Amino acid sequence: MRALTWHGKHDVRMETVDDPEIINPRDAIIKVTSTAICGSDLHLYDGFIPTMKSGDILGHEFMGEVVETGSGSTLKKGQRVVVPFVIACGSCYFCTKHQYSCCDNSNPADNQDISEFGYGNRMSGLFGYSHMTGGYAGGQAEYVRVPYSDVGPIVVPDGVDDDKVLFLSDILPTGWMAAENADIEPGDTVAVWGCGPVGLFAIQSAMLMGANRIIAIDHFPHRLELAAKFGAETINFNDVKVYDALMEMTGGIGPDAVIDSVGLEAHGLFVDNVVDQIKVSTFLGTDRIHALRQVILACRKGGRVSVPAVYGGFVDKFPMGAFMEKGLTMKTGQTHVQHYTPALLNAIIEDKIDTTFLISHRLPLENAPDGYKLFHDHQNETTKIVLKPGMEKIQVEMPA
Amino acid sequence: MSVSDTMNAPATAARDAEARAGEAGRDERSVTSAVVTIARPAQELYEFWRDFPNLARVMENIDSIETPDRNRSIWTVKAPGGRTVQWESVVTADEPGRLIAWQSVEGAEIRNSGRIEFHDVPGRGTVVRAVIAYDPPGGMLAQLAAKLFQREPALQARRDLRRFKQFMETGEISTSARTRAEATDLPTAA
Repeated sequence: MRALTWHGKHDVRMETVDDPEIINPRDAIIKVTSTAICGSDLHLYDGFIPTMKSGDILGHEFMGEVVETGSGSTLKKGQRVVVPFVIACGSCYFCTKHQYSCCDNSNPADNQDISEFGYGNRMSGLFGYSHMTGGYAGGQAEYVRVPYSDVGPIVVPDGVDDDKVLFLSDILPTGWMAAENADIEPGDTVAVWGCGPVGLFAIQSAMLMGANRIIAIDHFPHRLELAAKFGAETINFNDVKVYDALMEMTGGIGPDAVIDSVGLEAHGLFVDNVVDQIKVSTFLGTDRIHALRQVILACRKGGRVSVPAVYGGFVDKFPMGAFMEKGLTMKTGQTHVQHYTPALLNAIIEDKIDTTFLISHRLPLENAPDGYKLFHDHQNETTKIVLKPGMEKIQVEMPA
Repeated sequence: MSVSDTMNAPATAARDAEARAGEAGRDERSVTSAVVTIARPAQELYEFWRDFPNLARVMENIDSIETPDRNRSIWTVKAPGGRTVQWESVVTADEPGRLIAWQSVEGAEIRNSGRIEFHDVPGRGTVVRAVIAYDPPGGMLAQLAAKLFQREPALQARRDLRRFKQFMETGEISTSARTRAEATDLPTAA
């Protein structure tokens, strides 16, 4: 099959590799019909993520058709499914509590050492995201082996387009959980840092949860325009001081809840035992938690801090004093995707949530390397790239 | 004053080598432990473990486990450098649903002993704790070599218990292999 493989910093290639096979009883093989490039894929592209190996297949946002099932799978050939980026066994203590991204079992036993050493606990398996999270081949490919296929994939009814449901795999539930973690109360003002896909879905979700006002903060004009379409007020941090603007807009109180969906670009999944990377991580950590500091200083006393953004290593000069003295609460974590997908699929089918506005580019999978370059170099114009396997390669024009 | 007088941490977690050896009840060169919580009843876990050949389904480097009778087992284990080591083990304590202890018989290539405990924890399942004491073959140098091959007993015990947990909770052992050819190390691979 054809697949997008990682070979190092800014080096991703389309290659022909062996087709995946059923190995365990609960496996299924999915023929990918749509797959997206995630903002967090850019960390891999930038070479920030340790425990990557040359030839790893990337991609954790994908959907497709079931073409093969193991004896323990509940899926049927021909079904269309969206696959969560989190792999979860469904039967450990954490899965039964619906804390799927904390699954004890989905990360292979040998790979669990890395996160147990780095984080004190072993992390769940994820598709296409380094060997610390299991070394699973990802979805930017024609076929994917999906373990525990009776727990993760959600069946999509016929007649609902791929574009409408693809983002159930990651960013829509991630935006929803970000808003849920903000414990929004009626009348609340919610401030969202970062209007990438997760921030925009968090805004949409916060509206549905009854937020009175939402204030969106970014510096890409196009992304702020999208936020405004969902009814958010906007702050461009290139033009004003964010703290001053927020205080003036909230009568000197500060937002009741704040959401940090920025961290992605600045931080990766760094682990102690990768010596070179830790030097990088502490250096970055010192430099790049600007947004998180601003979030905590701007939040009102007794308010809530939600962090969907990815942090991987250590951060320096975290304002612990402000966090403690103001009595803030913080909630964070990788998304428990499987917990959210059934209700969000219904909301999509009932037209309560639209995700298609986000897609700025549709490209053949064969153009995936162009897609990475486009997404990396032109963030204002490129909000989301969807890749389609099986299409002929085309000529992609880069913006001026 | 011994370690156990001053704190509740298990002796295997202590820094005191004497306390660690004491836990095993023998003067072993090396004592290691691993612990895991499994969301299954203690009796079920005990029964799986007590039928020793089952362990080849969750332990990675087993060549074979033969049981001439219920209390004796002959273990053939893959070792670094493509060789195998073999020993015979005899059950020294057996409390259904709670504990199994074993010891290698005289003349074993790797002198070893161990115990596995199953503790019921309401709402969580069973805390499973393994304590293994052994004389590494060829002394510390061989242990270092084994570590390089990732077959150092502490690491192996930890990973084997994780696979035991995966198998008992999910019915299979997680692998990120893409093809069956890549999954050769998987104990349960088809």
